[in-house]
Parts: sequence; structure tokens; C-alpha cells
Amino acid sequence: MKDLTHPRAVPRAVNWNRMQDDKDLEIWNRLTSNFWLPEKVPLSNDIQSWSHLTEDEQRLTIRVFTGLTLLDTIQNTVGAPALMADAITPHEEAVLSNIAFMEAVHARSYSSIFSTLCSTAEVDEAFRWSEENAQLQQKSRLILDEYDAAANPLHKKVASVFLESFLFYSGFYLPMHWSSRARLTNTADLIRLIIRDEAVHGYYIGYKFQRGMERLTGAERQQIKDFAFALIFDLYEIESRYAENLYDCVGLTEDLKQFLHYNANKALQNLGFESLFPDDLCRVNPAIMAALSPNADENHDFFSGSGSSYVIGKAVATEDEDWDF
Amino acid sequence: MGGLVYFSSRSGNTDRFVRALGLTADRIPIAPTAPMPAPRAPFVLITPTYADGQGRGAVHPQVIRFLNDPDTRAHLRGVIASGNRNFGALFALAGDVIARKCAVPVFYRFELAGTPTDIARVTEGLDRFWKTQFSTAI
Repeated sequence: MKDLTHPRAVPRAVNWNRMQDDKDLEIWNRLTSNFWLPEKVPLSNDIQSWSHLTEDEQRLTIRVFTGLTLLDTIQNTVGAPALMADAITPHEEAVLSNIAFMEAVHARSYSSIFSTLCSTAEVDEAFRWSEENAQLQQKSRLILDEYDAAANPLHKKVASVFLESFLFYSGFYLPMHWSSRARLTNTADLIRLIIRDEAVHGYYIGYKFQRGMERLTGAERQQIKDFAFALIFDLYEIESRYAENLYDCVGLTEDLKQFLHYNANKALQNLGFESLFPDDLCRVNPAIMAALSPNADENHDFFSGSGSSYVIGKAVATEDEDWDF
Repeated sequence: MGGLVYFSSRSGNTDRFVRALGLTADRIPIAPTAPMPAPRAPFVLITPTYADGQGRGAVHPQVIRFLNDPDTRAHLRGVIASGNRNFGALFALAGDVIARKCAVPVFYRFELAGTPTDIARVTEGLDRFWKTQFSTAI
């Protein structure tokens, strides 16, 4: 008997010469030109630096990186594919497939760090730890519940932006801290490549979220916003305990929390929302800021006389042909 | 007060920042076919950064089109640039590129839609800047 169930519809071939949303092309170009692989970073130059960390510091670092690996794995295998089903344009699906793959590259990078610096036994212990750590499992659970196929497409995007723009930062903090003390500087270079990618991912998914919000009524928008703030509160609670659990032993918990507040606000801004934490709770350690964006002085403020007034020419690429003055 | 001109893509970050300033401002259109503002009095430009990992394409093509008018450029007094510190040394690079090309100072840098501190500093800073500009001009 003939199968009467509806087969999957044949998609329309993606035509990049007919764009519905120019942001898709802009982000595609950005992501593909930023493509990288961990082999590009000379991680083995960190072997000596690694040996100068204490046993506690080494264990902390490996655990933090397995936590990051888990988030990248979720985003690679569940998050980005779940968003594809809700894509409005065919180009959006293509961009999401790039995001999914880069998350796999990120997850793979942590294993490159491990194989360069650590013993197999230490790494196996840390992966076991990641499976048993309550906060890591809880935050994964909260995000995965929103990635459910039946979930509201805008809820999925909120969860995705919170993963990309907030949850990673309890982990990214540590290599930035080491880097500010001239430790594991090559590892930090690799992490900066990941940080750069995650900024584009959070921005793009947040942008698509805002386009989706435009189609809703005021009451519906308010519901989504309430959902987003409730979710970030829940995630923040978990992150605070995760931070204490991991960082109390090195005395960095309070310093890290300022960084978490700062990044939670940026995640909300990616969604088009106002900040949650006031500025005086976002006093990120200047050493961490400098490790994040070297050369970009923290408080460039010509008005108040701090920072350099005229920017001295740095070696940067500009396209002169676009500038025929 | 002098003028204010800004660009914001549909992500709306810079637009939210400018609205929080509460100052009258002209917006550079997103569509290349739309009419371009052509200020004929001193103004400050606020623009986001769009650089790739090597710093290429930092200034949005529409902002370049705007600045390609020599009369407009002659009235540019400074630039305020936004971006994301996640891009490391390339953070808010559009400001540096425009500053060098147009020989004007970068007044300020902020991230995404800015913080209340950024809003306060830019509001006060612009006010002070225009006062000194106009007092020395007389």
C-alpha cells in the first residue's frame, strides 16, 4: 500500500543572490573569514608555564575546560540544529550550520589543550567530574529543556543567547586571569578566538530573536521578556554556586562574579533588553579587561582627558578603495 | 549644541544608545538607496564596528558613503565608536579608522548599547565639548 504520510518537503535550493535579510550574508562573511582550527595556535609553548601551576590550579583549569567543552557540545549537537528548524530564511539555516560546526571546533580545541598539557588520567577524572557536577548538569538541563523541539522558537533563541553570551564566561574568566599573569598565554590566544566567535553567535541569534519579537503583540512580547529575565535569574543562581564551588579554592569568586554580571548584561543587550545588573556590580578587574582586549584601553574617554586623544595609526587593514575622498 | 549623526543596523544597539542620550540626532539610513543626511554644521558621529578577525570592513559601507561627501567631512568634529570587547584589540576599531582618515579625535568607546555610566559620560562630555567649541568660536 502506498505510504500516505507526508514526506519531508523538498527544500528550495538556497540562492545567495536573492537575500531576504542582508544580516545573513554579513554574518556568513564574518564567520567564514574568522574560521580557524586549534592547530594554528602553538599550545606546546605553554608546557613550561603549565608546570608552574600548583596542583589545585591545574585541576581547576582542567575542570573549567571540561565544563566549557560540555557547553560547546550542547550547542554543536542540540542548540544550533534546534534553531535551524525555526529559521525564517534559507540563508539563516546555512549560517546556523556554520555556528554548529564552529562549536564542534571549540569543543575539539579543549581536547587539544588537554593532550598538550595534561595526563590522560587527569583529563579522564575531569570528564567524570563534569558528569557529576550538580551545577554543570543543572544549567545544561535548563538550556536543553528550552531546546526541546516543541518549545517556543523565541524561548530557544533566548536560551541559546544565554549559553553563548553568559554561561561560557564563568569558564573564559580563568584563562584570561592566567594570561593577565603571563601564564598559559598561548592557551589564552586560543580561548580569545573562541570568545570572538561566541560574540558573533550571540549577536546573530539575538538579532534573529529581535526580528521574531517584532511580529508579536505587546502582551506576547512582555511574556517572552518575563521568561527571559526569569531564566537569567535561574542561570545566575546556578552560576554563582558553580563559581563558589570552583573558584573559592583560589580566592577568585568575587572577582569572577563582577565579570558574570557584566556578561549577563551583554547577553540581555544582544536580545535587545535593558541591563539587569547596575554598573557598580560590573566592576570587572582591569587586568581581566586588558587580557580580553589588549590595546583597547579600558576607559578611553577623551571628554574627561583619559585615554589618548588622537588615535595613533596602528597597523590595521582598511580598504582604501572604499574611501575615495 | 552641535549636531549628532549615527548609524545603527537592525540589531538596534546604537539606536538604543542614542535614544538613551535623549539628544536630537540624524540617522544614516541602512538602505543604500535612501537619502543620506548631509550636515552643514559641526557634528559628532556615532558608529558601530563591523570588522572581521583581521580588522577588514570595520566601517560600515553606509558610513563610508556618508563620509565620502567632502562638505560633510569638513564638519565632522569627532567620533564615538561602539563594538564588543570580545573582538580584542579590534574593539571599536571603526572609531580609530575614521579618526585617522578624517583627522578627528575618538571621543569615546562603548560596548553594544552602552551602560548607564557610558550614557552619563557621553551626555556630559558632548555638552562640555560643544560649549568650549562655541565659546572659542565667538
